[in-house]
Parts: sequence; structure tokens; C-alpha cells
Amino acid sequence: MHSDRASWGLKLGAGLGLAFLHLPILLIFLYAFTTEEKSYQFPPPGLTLKWFGVAWERADIWPPLWLSLQVAAIATVLAMILGTLVAAAMAQSRFFGRDQISLLILLPIALPGVITGMALRSAFSVMDIPFSVWTIILGHATFCIVIVYNNAVARFRRLSGGILEASSDLGANGFQTFRHVLLPNLGSALLAGGMLAFALSFDEVIVTTFTAGQQSTLPIWMLQELVRPRQRPVTNVVAIVVFAVTFLPILAAYYLTRDGDQTAGAGK
Amino acid sequence: MTSPATPAVEFRAVTRHFGSVRAVDGVDLTIAEGAFFAMLGPSGSGKTTCLRLISGFEKPTSGQIRIFGQDVSDVPPNRRNVNTVFQDYALFPHMSVRDNVAYGLMVKGVDRKTRLDRAEEMLSLVKLPGYGDRKPGQLSGGQRQRVALARALVNEPRVLLLDEPLGALDLKLREAMQDELKALQKRLGITFVFVTHDQHEALSMADSLAVFSDGKIAQIGTPEEVYARPQSRFVADFVGSSNVLPPDLTRALGGPARWSSLRPEQVRIADQGQGRGIVTSIRYLGAGSRVALRIGEAEVAALVPAGQTVPEQGAEVAIAFDPAALHVMEG
Amino acid sequence: MMQPATAILPERGLGDRLTALFWRRPRVLLALLLVPPLLWLGVVYLGSLFALLLQSFYSIDEFSGVVKEEFTLKTYAELFRAQNVDIILRTLLMSALVTLACAVIAFPIAYFAARFARGRWKAVFYLGVMLPLWSSYLVKVYAWKLILAKEGILTWTAEHMGVGAIWGRALDEQWFGGSSLSTSPVGTFIVFVYIWLPYMILPMQAALERVPGSMLEAAADLGASRAQAFRTVILPLALPGIVAGSIFTFSLTLGDYIIPQIVGTSARFIGLAVYQLQGTAGNIPLAAAFAVVPIVIMLVYLTVAKRMGAFDAL
Repeated sequence: MHSDRASWGLKLGAGLGLAFLHLPILLIFLYAFTTEEKSYQFPPPGLTLKWFGVAWERADIWPPLWLSLQVAAIATVLAMILGTLVAAAMAQSRFFGRDQISLLILLPIALPGVITGMALRSAFSVMDIPFSVWTIILGHATFCIVIVYNNAVARFRRLSGGILEASSDLGANGFQTFRHVLLPNLGSALLAGGMLAFALSFDEVIVTTFTAGQQSTLPIWMLQELVRPRQRPVTNVVAIVVFAVTFLPILAAYYLTRDGDQTAGAGK
Repeated sequence: MTSPATPAVEFRAVTRHFGSVRAVDGVDLTIAEGAFFAMLGPSGSGKTTCLRLISGFEKPTSGQIRIFGQDVSDVPPNRRNVNTVFQDYALFPHMSVRDNVAYGLMVKGVDRKTRLDRAEEMLSLVKLPGYGDRKPGQLSGGQRQRVALARALVNEPRVLLLDEPLGALDLKLREAMQDELKALQKRLGITFVFVTHDQHEALSMADSLAVFSDGKIAQIGTPEEVYARPQSRFVADFVGSSNVLPPDLTRALGGPARWSSLRPEQVRIADQGQGRGIVTSIRYLGAGSRVALRIGEAEVAALVPAGQTVPEQGAEVAIAFDPAALHVMEG
Repeated sequence: MMQPATAILPERGLGDRLTALFWRRPRVLLALLLVPPLLWLGVVYLGSLFALLLQSFYSIDEFSGVVKEEFTLKTYAELFRAQNVDIILRTLLMSALVTLACAVIAFPIAYFAARFARGRWKAVFYLGVMLPLWSSYLVKVYAWKLILAKEGILTWTAEHMGVGAIWGRALDEQWFGGSSLSTSPVGTFIVFVYIWLPYMILPMQAALERVPGSMLEAAADLGASRAQAFRTVILPLALPGIVAGSIFTFSLTLGDYIIPQIVGTSARFIGLAVYQLQGTAGNIPLAAAFAVVPIVIMLVYLTVAKRMGAFDAL
């Protein structure tokens, strides 16, 4: 009875659970092709490709898309630099305040997004900082640091400390060790962290609504469409784009880190 | 230029504390140039820390370390002309074997052709010619060990440090590598300092060794000295399967009332001798048998060579030995 | 071989000099590494949290609508008005129900992935949880808007299974549908469960993977039935994972304001209250005070979770 075979009930439960996680997303794809634009009628009365063309022509989609890409790119670069620095410091030695620092890094994602958003909003209000692209980036970089950090620190842990010592033993100074040994071994983890950070930033909406002011990132545009729908299938086309832009980096991150240090999940 | 009398490595009252732990506690040590020097001791005895003090991965809390007469207190590892063969080899996993071996020359700015030629030479020296294109992950443990050796030697270090270099190899390979390392050291004339917890390895390879215990050196000398004349119970226990006799038994066997050691191979089973005991166990070892006897409260082992009669368990027999073999210890 | 004259190699350039400095004073390197990120997180993030706290002790002038920058507890007192207490209790109830449902649905997936999935299947399960976790939050919420719509797939399915009439009547029930699931509390609940489910699966799986299989076999040897083994062996060992997962599901539900806005009634949750108060109402002090509520609740929750050993499973 307790042998290494799962019971049918368990298999069914696990299978249904996975299906529950995945099937809803498929509907997004289906509805992008429907001819019905006023309601969410199922099954779609007819199928058409025209919404992709319509979406392409819609002038209100492009600025949010560019803004989102811009914000995600800059926030990712900032998070990669800051996250790697902390990871290097944490991997390097034990020091006073180490636990406090790891808590500080975790806090922006451990607390609900509305708090991070509201906190930043309060700070901008207290300091009379006007909303801009940079206020959005500020928020995004803050919660992306931990994503990069988690990936980098896991790789540091796995990296035998020996090879860094071996490098200096063989005559390399710190910079040579960084370039020839540390970076090649850390690179894929950093890239994975960066990709996850990009995906997270690209589709972030909770914090962004507090830090964006009048500007619209693509998720904010989508949120407005969800609350007050206009051409519903166009929203689906954009949703597919958002899905693709986040899905591909996630998949890439998985393949970059799959040999052992899969910690990305605890991150988001 | 250093005179021939300058020792390769010198420790002067070196101490290394980690928090409240005294990993190395007031060690004085001199390693002669060209020596094959072993640091022997159980884990946590401070031997590896001593090695890392020489390479520069640890800094002494107090005391001074000299390499060829030069104080290295302010010299980081990359500028010490000393190289290490790490216990887990620490080969760079992303580089080919050739690039691994050429690494030390690359970071010193040696041009590409020269360093690759030198790397190939070194691979031949360690009997791995033609392995340059492989990745470390494609090599066996023994091969990795050789690459690690080549990678260190290509820098022409004045001292080569080996941290448990054979620990990860199986017995047969270990014995072959012991002979090879010894031959290599003779040929290159470089000072080798190696750390091990294996007393057989230390005794068979080193021409001089230090036994570590609790961050201190318990005894230093040639293998013969340390084996035959241990200065303390710890050394006697650790270095060989010697009989350690308490003071009253030492006296009963004709010595002073002090702790002493007596090698099993120097003890004969006889009808008459210095003492009598009951045979408690017999272990067959191939080249002979190890017979354990109970004398009073203590146990004494005797090594009976193959071909001689082995007494039966429970029999009362006498032991005999050359009185000079009874080695009285200091502590 | 050429023997170099000394045991010390010459210093070449700035790189070597800095390396020597870092080697002699490792704290200098540590400080250089830590200063930029700590400045960022310390100043930007902690500073903001402090600003949030500060704002929550200000109040708003009821006539002019201008924030009065004087210390007062008045804003916190407002939290205890009946309508605000309602919001807090409603949010807590929803968070608790969502957490419970997530734990129940997550268990078979986590247990199967931890105990039985091997090789290729292990990867399938891992990706199968990771991809929904990371893929776009808004897209996922939107997908449920499509599913739960009255004219959507659920109604269609009910009709094709011959239970259309019952389904229609159920939707008319106020608590269940109130005309459509996409505007009912049940709809909000389903979407919450869906969105946060992966956050429960991962820590649970991590905890279960640490349970040695031999322990279950031992339970079987001692004559335990499946149910007994589950109750006495698996559940207690999975508990730290469940608690760890519940930190996420609880905290995320507590603060979310997008889902109730898109799928649900007009009844407010804490997140939505914060959002509306700072936006349309312009009452930043009360919004800040509301935002402090989840912080306090989570601090209490984390303290309890820590006692239960949940952090080992993170």
C-alpha cells in the first residue's frame, strides 16, 4: 500500500491541480480570435485575425509598451548591480548585521505590494517629488533586487569557494579573478535573475499604480481596459504580448539555472 | 639571492584565532629548502590552517611567517611565489584543461603561444599529454589531481603546498600517486609541504614531518624519529598502532614509572619474558598476526610474523622484548 | 627551470595594489560592496516605510481636504468606524479562506511532485508550478474575467452537461452569483485561490521533500493505514511548509486591490481602500493608516509562523 506508487486519487488530484493552473491562460489566446467584441460569449461565434491588425493600429497601446520596456530594462540593470553586490558581500563573509540585511532585502516582496506602493507614494508626497519615469523605476528596482539576489546568492553558495582561492593562488589579482573565474561561473545565474526581474517589472501593476501618476505602463493600460472594456479582443491581443514578454524570460531563466540552484520560486 | 641555509618556510610564534577557537596556537616551525614536509594530525588540529597561512588565505593573529627569509605578513596570496594543490582540486569548471594549466601564466601576462606550450609541457610531465581540450568535468578523480598538480607547477613555485592531495582517490591510485609525487619532488627539487591525516602516507612520503594536536605541534622530526620515539601519548597513538603503556606497567616491565610506548613488532611471544598476560584476541593480518594480551589492567599487542606459532585465545603467555625498545615518553 | 630570485612576486599596477588593500582589510571590500545596495534599500525603501508611518499620524482637514502635518491619533481612530472595521474583517476572512483552499488544492500537487515525480516528470511539475507563478498577474486575472462571465465558458459547460437550469438558479442566489460569478464574492475567492496557489505549492513541496520516504514505510510497517499515516506522519511534517506557504497566500490576499476591483462586488478590501483613499479621495493619512494594518497583521502572523518553524521551509 505504501510502496512507491501513487494512488489514483493522488494522481487525479495532482493532475487536476496542474490543469487548474494552466487551462485558464489558454482562454486568453482563444478570445483574441473571437468576432464578438462586446461580451465574453463562449464559444466564440466566429474566429478572425483582425484584432491583431486593430491592436497594431491603436495609437494608445504603443506609448505604454515603450514605457514598460524602458522601465523594465532600467530597473533590471539597477537590480542586477545592487543584487549582485549584496550577494557578493553575503557570500564573502559573516558579519554583524547579516541577518538584518537579508531581511531588508526580502521586505519589499514579503510585505504586500500595496504597502510598498503606498510607502513610496507617501514618501513622494512628503518630499514633494513629482511623478515621473524615475519614480516608477525606483519602485520596480526596489522589489527586483531580491530576485537577482536570490539567484546570485544560490550560485555563490554552490560555487566552491576553492576556485576563487585557486585563482588568487595562481597569481590573479581580485579583478582578474572577477573577470576570468567569478563572472563566467556566475554569469548564467545573473542572467536568469535579470530575466526574472525583467519579467516581474514588465508586468507589475500593484506598486506601479502608486508611483506612476498620469503615465501609463502597459499593465496599467490593461487594467484600465479591464475596468472599462472597449474592444475586448484587443485587450486579449495585448495580454498575449504581455504573456509572451514575461513567459520567454522565465523559460530562459529556468534553463539557465536548472542544474541545482532553483530558488527563483521563493523570490517573487 | 638566498643562501642555501635559508629555510623555505619559517613560522615564528604564529597564532591564528577564529573567535575564541585557537586554530593555530603558538607554532614555531622551520621547513628546509627542498624538503618533502608533511603536516600530520587529526581534523581540527590546525594543520590545514597552517597551510593556508603559508599560501596567504589566512592571516596570523600574531607571529610572523617568512618564506625564503622574507616576511610575508603584508603579501597577498597572488604575490606569493607559492602554489597550492587543493583538496577538491578546485579546477575551473568553465575552462579546458589546457586553459586551467595555463591560467597562472595568463594572469601574469605571458603571451599565448608560450603559455600554451608550457601548459602542454606540464601536462606531459604529469602524464596527461593530449588531454588539453577536455573539460575538468570529463576527467576522473586521478586525472583531475594531475591537472591540479600541473596547474600549480607551471608557475615554477618555490614551495608547493598540497592539501590532502590524495584524500579523494581510491587506495590503489593513492599508492601509485604517492610514488609519483615523491619522484616528481626529487626531480624538480621544489619544497613540498603537504597536509594529511593519514599517518602511513606521511611516514612513507615525507622526509620530515610535524604532528599537530589542538593547534600546536606535538612533535617534529624525521619519520623514523617520530615513529620510533614518540614524545607523547598523543603522538604514539596517532602515528602508529603502538602499545601505549601506563606508568605502573612500564615499571613492571622494567622501565621507570612513566608513560612509555612499545611497538607491537618488537614484542615476541615467549615462554619466559618481562611480563605475562592472557591472550584476549587474535587478528590475522596476512604478513603476520596481531595478538592482543591483557596484562593487569592494560592491553599489549604483539605482532607474530607469519610462520611462527600463534598462541590460542585464553592462553597465558609471556612477552619478551629488547629493553631498548621500551620508549619512555615525556607526557 | 629558471628560479625566481625571491619568494615574492612584484606588484603590477593598480589591480594588485587594490587586491592587497582588500586582502589586508577585508572590511573595506565588504563596505564597498554593501554601501550602494544598503543606501538604496535603507534610504529609498525604509525611508518610504517611515514616510508611510509618518503620514498615518497626520490627519486631513475635513473642510479643506488639505493634509495637516501635525501629530495626531485621529486617523487611526477612524479605522475603528464600523465601515472600516467591516473592511478589515472582510479582508481577514477572505485571506483565511483563500489560504485554507490553497492548502487543500496544493497538497496533492506538492505531495505527488515531492514523493513520486522523477526525472522528466519532476521537471514537468516544477515548470508546471513555476510558469503560472511567474507569468503575468494581470493576464491571469483577466483570464478569469473571461471564465466567470455569465455568457462565458462555465455557463456553456453547465448547459452542455444538462444542468443549465440549476446553474442559472444558483447564479441568481445573492451570495453565490448575484447574476454573474464575475461580480460575486465567490468569484473573487476563486480568482484569489487561483492566483496565489503556486505560492503555497512550492514551500509545501520543499517541506515534503525533506520527509524521508523511509519514515512513511516505517509507519506502514507499524500497521498504520493510509489515513493514519497521513494524519500522524505526513501532515505534521508538511506543516512547516503549509505555514510558510500561508505566509504568502495570506499576505498577498491581504494587500491585493486589483482582483476585487476586476472580479467582485463593490464591497471593499483593505488594499482597495488604500488605493481609493490615496487616489480619488485624496486622503493619504487614512490610506497610510490602512496600509499599516496589514503590516501589523503580518508581523503577528510571522511571529507565530516562526514559532512553528516555518522559516526552515522557505
